[in-house]
Amino acid sequence: MYRGKGVAMWYGMAMLAVLMVGVVLAQPPADPNKEQFVPILIYRTGPYAAGGSGIMGGFMDYMALLNERDGGINGIKLVWEECETAYNNDRGVECYERLKAKGVKGAPVVNPLSTGITYALIDRATNDKIPLVSLGYGRTDATDGRVFPYVFPLITNYWNQSSAKVRYIAQLSGGEDKLKGKKIVNLHLNVPYGKETIPIWDKLAEKFGFEVKHLAVPPPGLDQKSLWLLIREYNPDWVVNRNWGVSCTAPLREAARLGFPRDKILGVWWCGSEEDVFPAGKSAKGYMTTNFHGVGRDFPVIEEIIDKVYTPGKGNLPVTRAGSVYYNRGVIHGIITAEAMRLAHQKFGVAPIGGEQMQWALEHLNITPERIKEIGAEGLMFPLKTSCKDHEGGGAVRIQQWDGEKWVSVSDWIQPYSELVRAEVEKSAAQYAKEKGITPRACN
Amino acid sequence: MNVAFFLEVLIGGMLSGVMYALVALGFVLIFKSSGVFNFAQGAMVLFSALTFVRLLEMHIYFWLALALTLVVMIVLAMAIERLVLRPLVNQPLIILFMATIGLNFFLEGLAQGVWDNQVHGFDLGINDEPFEALRQLTGILVSTFDLVAALIAGTLVLGLSLFFHKTRIGRALRAVSDDHQAALSVGIPLHHIWSITWAAAGIVALVAGMLWGTRLGVQFSLSLITLKALPVLILGGFNSIAGAIVGGLIIGASEKLAEVYLSRFVGGGIENFFPYLLAMVFLIFRPYGLFGDEIIERV
Amino acid sequence: MVYRESGQFKTTYANDMAMFPITQDRWGLMTIIVIAVVAVPLVANDYWITSLLIPFLIFALAALGLNVLTGYAGQLSLGHAGFMGVGAYAAYNLATRIPDMPLLLSFLGAGLITTVVGMLFGLPSLRIKEFYLAVATLAAQFIIEWAFSSIGWFSGGTATMTLDTPPMIIFGYHIHTPRQRYYLTLGIVMLLTLLAKNLVRSQVGRAWMAMRDMDVAAEAMGIRPLTTKLLAFAISSFYAGVAGALYGFVFLTSVDITAFELERSFRLLFMVIIGGLGSILGSFLGAAFIVLLPILINNAATLFVGTVPTNLIANIELMVFGGLIIFFLIVEPYGLARLWHTTKEKLRLWPFPH
Repeated sequence: MYRGKGVAMWYGMAMLAVLMVGVVLAQPPADPNKEQFVPILIYRTGPYAAGGSGIMGGFMDYMALLNERDGGINGIKLVWEECETAYNNDRGVECYERLKAKGVKGAPVVNPLSTGITYALIDRATNDKIPLVSLGYGRTDATDGRVFPYVFPLITNYWNQSSAKVRYIAQLSGGEDKLKGKKIVNLHLNVPYGKETIPIWDKLAEKFGFEVKHLAVPPPGLDQKSLWLLIREYNPDWVVNRNWGVSCTAPLREAARLGFPRDKILGVWWCGSEEDVFPAGKSAKGYMTTNFHGVGRDFPVIEEIIDKVYTPGKGNLPVTRAGSVYYNRGVIHGIITAEAMRLAHQKFGVAPIGGEQMQWALEHLNITPERIKEIGAEGLMFPLKTSCKDHEGGGAVRIQQWDGEKWVSVSDWIQPYSELVRAEVEKSAAQYAKEKGITPRACN
Repeated sequence: MNVAFFLEVLIGGMLSGVMYALVALGFVLIFKSSGVFNFAQGAMVLFSALTFVRLLEMHIYFWLALALTLVVMIVLAMAIERLVLRPLVNQPLIILFMATIGLNFFLEGLAQGVWDNQVHGFDLGINDEPFEALRQLTGILVSTFDLVAALIAGTLVLGLSLFFHKTRIGRALRAVSDDHQAALSVGIPLHHIWSITWAAAGIVALVAGMLWGTRLGVQFSLSLITLKALPVLILGGFNSIAGAIVGGLIIGASEKLAEVYLSRFVGGGIENFFPYLLAMVFLIFRPYGLFGDEIIERV
Repeated sequence: MVYRESGQFKTTYANDMAMFPITQDRWGLMTIIVIAVVAVPLVANDYWITSLLIPFLIFALAALGLNVLTGYAGQLSLGHAGFMGVGAYAAYNLATRIPDMPLLLSFLGAGLITTVVGMLFGLPSLRIKEFYLAVATLAAQFIIEWAFSSIGWFSGGTATMTLDTPPMIIFGYHIHTPRQRYYLTLGIVMLLTLLAKNLVRSQVGRAWMAMRDMDVAAEAMGIRPLTTKLLAFAISSFYAGVAGALYGFVFLTSVDITAFELERSFRLLFMVIIGGLGSILGSFLGAAFIVLLPILINNAATLFVGTVPTNLIANIELMVFGGLIIFFLIVEPYGLARLWHTTKEKLRLWPFPH
């Protein structure tokens, strides 16, 4: 038998006791009234670490900029705490529960950074009156604020994105009537996030007369050879790349092998970052994706962050990532949060903000082009205007193309087919309300 | 259904299978000598590839980085043998298997903790485009990269087989895999042999990591290849090197053929479980795989 | 000295066969039940109840099922999370498709449906043993994952295949506050634990353990491998199904198949290994360990070191996790439960050395 077992046992128990003390004693520190707490749900590990760390890194850097340059928002400093979710729903819920009560008035807003976690938190957040912001992801039908008062899929949701893609394809083909008879493949990851757009593609195909084929990629999608052989057989005009993580990169390689033109692959914005195309090397050249913000460092606000946050060494990512797609997305997160807080300060007075006040602010956001220019984000973000009925607030997307070294914007802002999408959203939201027994509130 | 397309799917599948077989080879090596099913092989692929890529990124000369990574893998092998295998020497195989699952988590955390969690691009300079000569001749598209990978795998298999059958250490390894007690009684140093095999498995993991990393980038998802390699092992037999390749070819081909021709009937995405289903059916009729050794239980 | 059972005489057969024959054990159990039922809801805050205690109970239930299968009956299974998924989806369909279906009946029905599925996937165990059976159960896991991601009927036709479970109403009483949910979970878990404890002490349990230790000898003795193994799969799947249903209805009211992936199967296996194979108490200890460990590490790191980058914490967590599993397998292959047992044995003599 293993000698010293008894000693090992006591040692183990001692370690356990130390850790338990850590749990009990780790209470949140007292927060003075001049600080605004923001919870940061992040994933720095796991297969999607590039996205998680990039976006939240940008968010935190923007808040650091506000602290350094302006002393916070109207004098109230921003403080935040990270919690690693590893893109896991359980951990997301645990992080939420742990962080929701920190700060003088509790957490004002939560960015789950995962469609799965968003779904899991909807009931809880609505109960706790803390708004969930799912910027460019999350539950599409939450756009209808009457059924989902505390969920905000801001800027643009998945269904709008898909319809904007169709408009772009129509533009390239020479008109909407030219869409008839075209073949489009919807290559998606076989998880809820991937499947979310299937109904809207069917609807769009019905309306415009093109054929859509849904091909499911079994997660994690390391090897997609068979699917691409199927694509070769089907010979479509366009392939939509709706994957996540490593399954975004595999299609580029497979397409190269089969000689499928990369510039006929249109990816979603979760498949359109530097980390997705680097590993594919030369095969990625020409690949296009959608995006809802500008790329690169050529914006005053990004340059300011590099200057005021990274130079004194206060940034939280390697500085080479500043200006990358995920990073800029994070900065947008920061801008929207800050603007909403400013709005809340105007209405409720300058003090730390709680969930209900933030919810009011998020519903009355009106970020105009002039304000965007003031912030230094012209070209980085599109104007945003939310309302009680419309929790999305924008809808437009841009197309960017990988030229082998960086992403380049190749289109103007493209509007989605809002009426069609809105009809579907309202239908789906009504269904949810019926299932859960919620009475939609009346918006005035 | 034309023949050319069928051939493409078949050949493409077999070449895919060769990539799985590369990972499976590492498993076979360890199982052959210590009877342990090393679930941590995927993490070893990740660890070796990450180490190599990060050393390259620090602008260290290619061959030096390679040598350094090899040294790291050898040290790792010795550490594993000392800290995990030796204390668990006489335990039932299930316990050892579960220990390697724990090792898997540990190595994943270590690799990413020491290096980082980012995606790293990696390029061996091999083209991932259709092989022109074949395309001109027959119209079938087969990637150059896949052919090179198959060549590398073939060389590895040849090299390992020669190693096992023609050298002294190879003989010792085969003796150990047959019966630990008997090997000990003949004077074969068990612990050295185990260190050698784990180091060899580490080297195979590095090769697999370099090839897979070129395709997909060196990132966390590399450790998920283990799940693809399991059915390969079941089919080929746990302790046969040739079996790993044959199993890989069969699994790769059947997986792709099933996805292309069968999935239209059931809704798509069957690639994940089809190899396992095949393996399960195989297990019922031939539990030891095509080339595995039959174990006779004595009551 | 405190723990000795001298002076406790049993005068009836019933007393002798009691589950906890030693009076001190009974007092201990009473105390734990009183704490769980009365003290915890009074003292603990929402965070502890909803994020720690409820998942702990649910996973303990699932681990109990796995322990029955792997610990008592010796059939290694890596597909347990898939069965939890079957339970969750079954409960959802029963509750939403059948009008006015009582909630508890949905849970029961979910358990029964999972039992059937489990027995089906358990059939290969008659030909395949040990480690190869693990691979067959992996096949089950992947098939279940595929079925729930591809066949829309199971999730009521939503595109994302996510289940939004309806609000819970039992006998007209709406269950939604953390404490109410805690009581519901606690009640179901206590009931099923009692059932399991009795089951493993009975003839069925002994047959399982015989199969685990030496299956050929057991067969020679007259224990039928078919019924014994299938029964093990059935019972274990029932527990997994109910645990899955609770997970979907009580814990995360919005569930999709990613909650029941291979990763979860491994976590359940670890709970059983660390807690103790072949021990009811072990399932609970293991579940507590796995649920609390990430939080412990996180808080300990923050307490002692200050702000640590979260990825470092996450990686340390993976390393501690893996390291602890190896540690436990080396030092005490029978897990925490055996450590507890050893402590109790030492307590019988304490303060005397021997």
